Amino acid sequence: MDGSARQDAPSTAGLFLGFFQLGLTGFGGVLPLARRMLVERRGWLTAEQFTELLGLCQFLPGGNIINLSVAVGMKFRGVAGALAAILGLIAAPTAVVIGLGVIYDRTQDDPHIRHLFAGLSAAAAGLLVSLAVKLARPLRRSAAGLAIAALGVVAVAVLRLPLLPTMLVLAPLSIALHARRAA
Amino acid sequence: MTGDLAALALIFTQLSLLAFGGGNTVLPEMQRQVVEVHHWITASQFSAMFALAQAAPGPNMMIVPLIGWHVAGFPGVLVSSLAKFGPSSLLTALALHVWNRFQDRPWRNAVRAGLAPVTAGLVAASAVVITGASAPSWSLALIVAGVAAAATLTRLHPLILLAAGGCLGLYGIGQP
Repeated sequence: MDGSARQDAPSTAGLFLGFFQLGLTGFGGVLPLARRMLVERRGWLTAEQFTELLGLCQFLPGGNIINLSVAVGMKFRGVAGALAAILGLIAAPTAVVIGLGVIYDRTQDDPHIRHLFAGLSAAAAGLLVSLAVKLARPLRRSAAGLAIAALGVVAVAVLRLPLLPTMLVLAPLSIALHARRAA
Repeated sequence: MTGDLAALALIFTQLSLLAFGGGNTVLPEMQRQVVEVHHWITASQFSAMFALAQAAPGPNMMIVPLIGWHVAGFPGVLVSSLAKFGPSSLLTALALHVWNRFQDRPWRNAVRAGLAPVTAGLVAASAVVITGASAPSWSLALIVAGVAAAATLTRLHPLILLAAGGCLGLYGIGQP
């Protein structure tokens, strides 16, 4: 089933609807759902094509799934397809999050809501801590990698330096270290 | 208002192009700009918005339209979303054609391997900054630690962990 894409190229409307559904159903991590939709359910991409496109999307700045929607839309229907896919993906979540935001704005002085959000914020921070741990684990055996990551934490979280100069120093430094080791 | 929209456009365009490794790497810079530079919201409001965005469906950068909405209503949503998602999307569309040609070039792997520790460091920085703003008391810090442990060691769904944190907060645990 994974050998070749099963279906004809999706239409612009099909792209919009496919990613619209993905945006509405993807809670706490859309990536596994995206693979299921693109490869298994709709057959727009083969498993290899999915991995290759995802590699590109992870390499570029921006969210993986957002970039993936643009890449898939572009691949099948050019600029119109890319627009349809990304708009489909973010339309519903944007409406939902603003609806929640309006409710929060109206009720944030209620002590119950304040308590609820204190707990919710702490839990969201915990999820972020867990993500950081998972990303740091593969660096265990790389002294250079750990040093770069530690520098990033100190610069951004402790010294609160702006991101642009931090990236302009850290990214080339890290890439140069890895290129030398690979050579 | 126009000044706010221009500031939103500038901030999120920059974040769009710097978000190597995804949106979670630019949270500290977003917080710095929105809270410390422009004073649109407080640090704890930022944390609450981040939590709201995590609880909503879809991609994990839904805090962006939320900030736009808070600062400038619907025009703010449009400007912040376009600025955050436009430039990176444009890059993706342009890169699609050249990417495969460079498949076997060694620099491609060096860049990928080199960016991984930067991403890990920036996400860790995000965790530090968001935790600092979200856990003003030891009991809230316990919720952070508990959720972090559960999310790392078990396969519990993130929504269940968010709901658990919300309930613990609602029942007064973690209140000073």
